[in-house]
Amino acid sequence: MEENKYEGLNLPNYNIPEDIQNVVSVTTIDRLYNWGRRWSVWPLMFGLACCAIEMIAAQASRYDMARFGMEVMRPTPRQADMMLVSGTVTKKMLPSIIRLYNQMPEPKYVVAMGACASSGGPFKEGYNVVAGIDKFLPVDVYIPGCPPTPQALIAGMIKLQEKIDKQSIKKVRWYEKGKVDSNYVPMPILGPDLIDVRRSAEFEAAAVKKEGVA
Amino acid sequence: MTAPASTLTLDLVSASLVARFPDFVTADARPGFSGFIVKKENLVEVATALRDEFGFDLLSSVTGVDYLAENKMEVVYHAHRTTGGPGLVFKVQAERVDPVEVPSLIDVWAGADFQEREAWDLLGIKFTGHPDLRRILMWEGFEGHPLRKDYKEAFFEEETKPYKSRWPEGNHTYAEFKNPFRDNLNLPENFSLDNYQPQTEDQLYFSLERSSQKHDVGREKEMGDHMVVNMGPHHPSTHGVLRVAVELNGETITSLKPVMGYLHRNHDKIGERNTYLQIMPYTDRLDYFNSMANNFGYAIAVEKLMKIPVAERAEYIRVIMTELSRIQNHLIFIGMLINDMGSMYTPSLYAFEERELILDIFEAVSGARMMCNYFRFGGVVRDVPEDVLRKIKDLVHDRLPAKTDEMERFLNENEVLVARLKGIHVLNAEEATHHSVTGPCLRAAGVPYDLRRADPYSVYDRFDFDVAVRYNGDMYDNYLIRFDEIRQSLRILEQALKQIPGGPINSQKPQYQVRVPAGEAYGRVESPKGELAYYVVSNGKPNPYRYHVRAPSFVNLTAVETMCKGVKIADFVVLLAMLDIVMGEVDR
Repeated sequence: MEENKYEGLNLPNYNIPEDIQNVVSVTTIDRLYNWGRRWSVWPLMFGLACCAIEMIAAQASRYDMARFGMEVMRPTPRQADMMLVSGTVTKKMLPSIIRLYNQMPEPKYVVAMGACASSGGPFKEGYNVVAGIDKFLPVDVYIPGCPPTPQALIAGMIKLQEKIDKQSIKKVRWYEKGKVDSNYVPMPILGPDLIDVRRSAEFEAAAVKKEGVA
Repeated sequence: MTAPASTLTLDLVSASLVARFPDFVTADARPGFSGFIVKKENLVEVATALRDEFGFDLLSSVTGVDYLAENKMEVVYHAHRTTGGPGLVFKVQAERVDPVEVPSLIDVWAGADFQEREAWDLLGIKFTGHPDLRRILMWEGFEGHPLRKDYKEAFFEEETKPYKSRWPEGNHTYAEFKNPFRDNLNLPENFSLDNYQPQTEDQLYFSLERSSQKHDVGREKEMGDHMVVNMGPHHPSTHGVLRVAVELNGETITSLKPVMGYLHRNHDKIGERNTYLQIMPYTDRLDYFNSMANNFGYAIAVEKLMKIPVAERAEYIRVIMTELSRIQNHLIFIGMLINDMGSMYTPSLYAFEERELILDIFEAVSGARMMCNYFRFGGVVRDVPEDVLRKIKDLVHDRLPAKTDEMERFLNENEVLVARLKGIHVLNAEEATHHSVTGPCLRAAGVPYDLRRADPYSVYDRFDFDVAVRYNGDMYDNYLIRFDEIRQSLRILEQALKQIPGGPINSQKPQYQVRVPAGEAYGRVESPKGELAYYVVSNGKPNPYRYHVRAPSFVNLTAVETMCKGVKIADFVVLLAMLDIVMGEVDR
């Protein structure tokens, strides 16, 4: 296990003598960052619905997500790296989710667990349901299932680790110059219905059009 | 009434009720319907008589039905006796004008509180005399009352599934394309964000203050400012997305209001669009720990409507699955309770270990670990193979009793656990029945009300088991009664496994579209959380006219303010855990 970790850290094609392999490593900054991040993705302790129970099951004795460096569930967003949106996102809950996301420090990842978080799932028609968290937050990994089994969840987490492996400090959105607010999502408003303030102009135009038709 | 209330049969009650109030109680004569229609003006009087003279001390359910064609709204009440026997249905009809007004029954049964608020929120029925009639599942300021028949959701396509746009001619469209906003949005005409003033939460905080003044918590009030703390909706120990606004005096709770709806998934409205069978998988997602128990209640309700028998073998399979579900629910309850008290993870890992074994069985019979979708009208969907039965036998006879013993040995005498739980009052019998609390919390308060005995359904009358009761009504009793129930469930399972006959698993042919004659039915089961009931109204069409879930977690929450007033905030978390709520069921 230990050796495998260093393998991820070392650049290939550099022959390090065997006796100092555990002491010396030849790598790049990107690799070092990514290596550190992928083995310590701390999820936000955050459950929305049924999927949260499978998330707990994945943390519990049989599946044990701790094997992948993801067991440290943080109840506060300030210490979390990854938001696992585990369940149906309702309109009433959405402002709280956005607030939690905004409070998370970068780097931050969002995983949409299950059909509901990905697209609204079986509850999509509901008047209080947001058809997928990706309407508001940038989602890194989607996990299908209703609910996904713990195995599927772990597979999704491994996918996230693979994604982290590929990121480069130069390109990740939270270090880009002049894009300080790129991770800030404006809070939606609970009015007569859920209003995404980023789309307010569009809504007004549509409302006028609707009136014109009538 | 001369005869003691508990000996009166339902027919006798009917006769004497009509005799008692000849002017304003009439029997509901619509075909397929039962119960009484009470005149709106005399509702409180009749309800008080039902409670005090006829012994219907537990108000099970309050819900509304919108009869758009007849231009009236109906409020349906189901009252039960904690001594057992069938329930009584009575209804009130009101003109469908704005606002629809019906007197509130909160003074007769406090359990009507949240359910009336729900009817106000979703159907726009105004309950006059209700002290705190706010929206409960949606937010203040939401436009419209969604369960009214003339309310169309943003993604509304047709009245009945399967939608023609998706089936089967290949002209597939997305619901988004039909909506002018290309989203699940329903904005009123002329809406402009610039001059829109969002509603504040003043009403909630006023109601907190009002309630803390009403129940004066002694001298403490004079000792300084009160502080309002909002717990949730994101809080590790609220068991999901419940929010609780708590008013504190120092560390003591002076007033408390739960705020819910953060997981309101429009179960009832979606149910009215779906066909009868399509609703079955949705019921799984109510109380997502116990999909088997949820299926059971719904299947019973529709079977009552269809008047079909259930295959003998299927009855036993149903009982076996539901009791297994109860065991794993209570195990998780114990694990999570101790988690909430600060002993992170270890006890719940023990619980999850056993739960996985039970989920293996669910997976083997239904194909899914949690969302089983296993019951069908007239039976179950798949047979239980012999090797799975053997696995269940192993679990029931060896593993689970031993593990329950082990958990009890580790936990029951634990000094910290006893110190945290013993002597802290949860509910007494009067408070519990008055607030319509059912399930283990009611039984731990000394009321032996268990639907498996009180109004036996399925084949529960064939088993020899005791209703678990404890009498102190404190947290320790509430905790111990879960172990008692696990043992009783094991007893039932042993007998069921011995008696299970062979034969078909469904009395009907497998079918996608069932014919349900017009009428109403109230199917109730003892779910691990309490009395789970489905109120289904059919008008003969492929989808139900009204589909309502009486969720035990939701109704049990009515008592949370009574439970928590005057206790320390640290105990509140544990008290909430005692109610064993699941947000999927609270918000639906």
